[in-house]
Amino acid sequence: MEQVGVRMPVAQSVHAARLAHKRARRLKESAIEAVLFLCALSAVATTVAIVVILLYESLGFFEVVSLREFLTGTVWTPLFTNPQYGVLPLVAGTVTTAGVALVVAVPLGLVTAIYLSEFAPHGVRETVKPFLELLEGVPTVVYGYFALLFVTPLLQKLMPELPGFNMLSPGIVIGIMIIPYVSSVSEDAMRAVPMSLREGSYAMGATRFQTAIKVVLPAALSGVVAAFILGISRAVGETMVVAVAAGQQPNFTFNPTESAATITAYIVQVALGDLPHGSIAYQSIFAAGLVLVLMTLAFNVIGHLLRRSFRERY
Amino acid sequence: MRTDAPQPPRSAELAAMRELIRRHKRADIVFGLVGLVCMMVGVVTLLVLFVDLMIDGLPRFSRDFFMNFPSRHAERAGILSAWVGTCLVMLVTMVAAVPLGVAAGIYLEEYAPKNWVTDLIEINVTNLAGVPSIVYGLLALGLFVYIFGLGQSIATAGLTLALLILPVIIVTTREAIRAIPVAIREAAYGVGATRWQVVADHVLPYSIGGIMTGVIIGLARAIGETAPLITVGALTFIAFLPPSPLRSEAPYVSFEWLLSPFTVLPIQMFNWVSRPDEKFLLNAAATGIVIIVATLAMNALAIWLRYRLRKRIKW
Repeated sequence: MEQVGVRMPVAQSVHAARLAHKRARRLKESAIEAVLFLCALSAVATTVAIVVILLYESLGFFEVVSLREFLTGTVWTPLFTNPQYGVLPLVAGTVTTAGVALVVAVPLGLVTAIYLSEFAPHGVRETVKPFLELLEGVPTVVYGYFALLFVTPLLQKLMPELPGFNMLSPGIVIGIMIIPYVSSVSEDAMRAVPMSLREGSYAMGATRFQTAIKVVLPAALSGVVAAFILGISRAVGETMVVAVAAGQQPNFTFNPTESAATITAYIVQVALGDLPHGSIAYQSIFAAGLVLVLMTLAFNVIGHLLRRSFRERY
Repeated sequence: MRTDAPQPPRSAELAAMRELIRRHKRADIVFGLVGLVCMMVGVVTLLVLFVDLMIDGLPRFSRDFFMNFPSRHAERAGILSAWVGTCLVMLVTMVAAVPLGVAAGIYLEEYAPKNWVTDLIEINVTNLAGVPSIVYGLLALGLFVYIFGLGQSIATAGLTLALLILPVIIVTTREAIRAIPVAIREAAYGVGATRWQVVADHVLPYSIGGIMTGVIIGLARAIGETAPLITVGALTFIAFLPPSPLRSEAPYVSFEWLLSPFTVLPIQMFNWVSRPDEKFLLNAAATGIVIIVATLAMNALAIWLRYRLRKRIKW
C-alpha cells in the first residue's frame, strides 16, 4: 500500500507503468461506454427499420395502386381475381371497434380512477391494483376466445339477430382490456393534483364527491384526456381479439353489430396464407401497416404531449 | 359581509340546509358504491374468463395432450410442438433482449449526457412502447425473414419478440437504477472507482431485483404474443420437433434448431379457435389455460418480487 497524501519521489519506470495502467483503464472505460451507447441506439435503429421497411414495401404497392384509389376507395378485395384497393372499409372497421372499446373503457376507467385516487381506502387500493394489472397481462388471443365463445353468445341472448361474428363483442372485450391502462394513467394525473387544492375545497365544506368532480377532475383534465387517447391507440392496434371474433371480411360499415375486418385483422388474414414475396398482396399488408402506424403514432404523440403539458403545470 | 352577530337561522332554513347536507353525503356514498362496482367489472371479467376456460378446457388435460403433436382428430391432438416451440423462442428472446435492454437502460441512466442524441433515444423508447405489436411482425417479415434470410424460423420469432419487449426492459431497468441513492455512487467515486466499476460493483447488484422484475414482465408479455408471429409466418400445423440442441458426438451442441420452422402455444390456440368443429374449441380452451397460467404465474412472480424487494431494501 502506498501512503496517501504524501508525495513520494517515484522512479521513472514506476511512473511510466502507472501512466500506462491509467491509459489502459481509460481506454477500457470508453470502450464500455461505446458498447452501451450502441445498445441504447438500438431503439433508434428499430424505429428507423420500421419506417424504412414499411415505406419501402409500400412504395412498390403505390406504384400499382394510386394513392387516390387507396384513400377513397370503399372496396378492399386484394385477394380476388379482380382486386380493388380502397382502404376505407378496413379503417371503418378499426374505428368502429375502437369506438365501441372507448364507450366501454372511458366511463369505467374514469370512475375507477376517481375511486382509486379519491375514495378507496389504502387497503382496497393495494389489493385491487395488482388484479387490474393482471387483466393487462392476459394474452390477447385468450381474450379473442372469450369474445367469440362467451361474450357473443351472451349478447345473442339480448339481441337474437346478432351474427356470430360482429364488431360489438370484440369491441366490448377490448374496452375491458384497456380499463387498467386508462385508469392507471388517469389516476396518476389525479394524484399529481396538489393536496392544497383538495384541502381548499374541503375547507369550503365540499364533500369528497364534489371535490373529486369539481376540483380534482378539472385540474387533471389534460392527463385524463391523454389516458383516453393512449387507450384509443391501444384499441386501434389490437389484433387477435378482432381477428378471432369480428370475422375477416372487409365491410364498409360503422354498424358494430355487423361483421367486418380491421386493418390488423387483414394483415393476419393475409399472413396466414402463403403469399409469394414481392407480390402486390404481400405489399398490401405493408401499406395497411403504414396506415396503422400513422394512426397510432398520431394518437400517441397527442397523448404524450397532453400528458407532459399536464405534468409541467404543478 | 354582515357585521352584526349572525341570527340563528329559522327552523325552515335549517331543515333545508340539513336536507342539502344529507343529500350531498348520500351522493358521496352512492358514488363510492358506483366506483367499487366499476372497479370490480375488470376483476369479475378476469374471473369469468378464467372459469369459462377451465370449464371448457380442463377435461382435455392429460399426459397425451402435452405429449402429442397436433392432429386432424381433435381427441388425439396435443400441444407438444407448441410448448417446445414456445420454450425455444423464449430462450432466443431472453438471450437477445436482456443484455441489450439492460445495457441500454444503464447507458441512459448512468452515462448519457444531456443532449439531443439522448433525447432522441428516449423519445424512441417511449414511442416504441406504443407501436402495435403486429407492426413488429411486419418489420420482422421484411427484415429478418427476407433481408437477413433467416426464414420463418425460431431465430426470427425470438428476435421479433426481443425487439417487442425491449422498451419494457429498458424502462424497468431505468426505474430500478434510479431508485439507488446518489450517495452510494458518490461514495464509490470518492474512493477512486471508474464509472464502469461503479456500475458493475454497485449499481447493477443493487438494482438486479428490479431489473429481474422487468425481464419477467417482458417475457410474460412475449409468451402470449400472437400477432407478430403470425405475420412472420409461424406455421400452424407442425408435427415434428426442432433438431435437438444436444449431440452425442463433438461439439455436443448444435444450433440447427434456430433455423427450424416452429409453432407456439398462442398460434396453436388461434388455429384451433378458428376451426368450426367444436371439439377443437375444447383443445383451444385447454391451450388457453396453459398460456394464461404461464403468464399469470410470471406476472404474479414479478409482483411478488417487487413487493419483497421494496420491503427488504432500506437505504
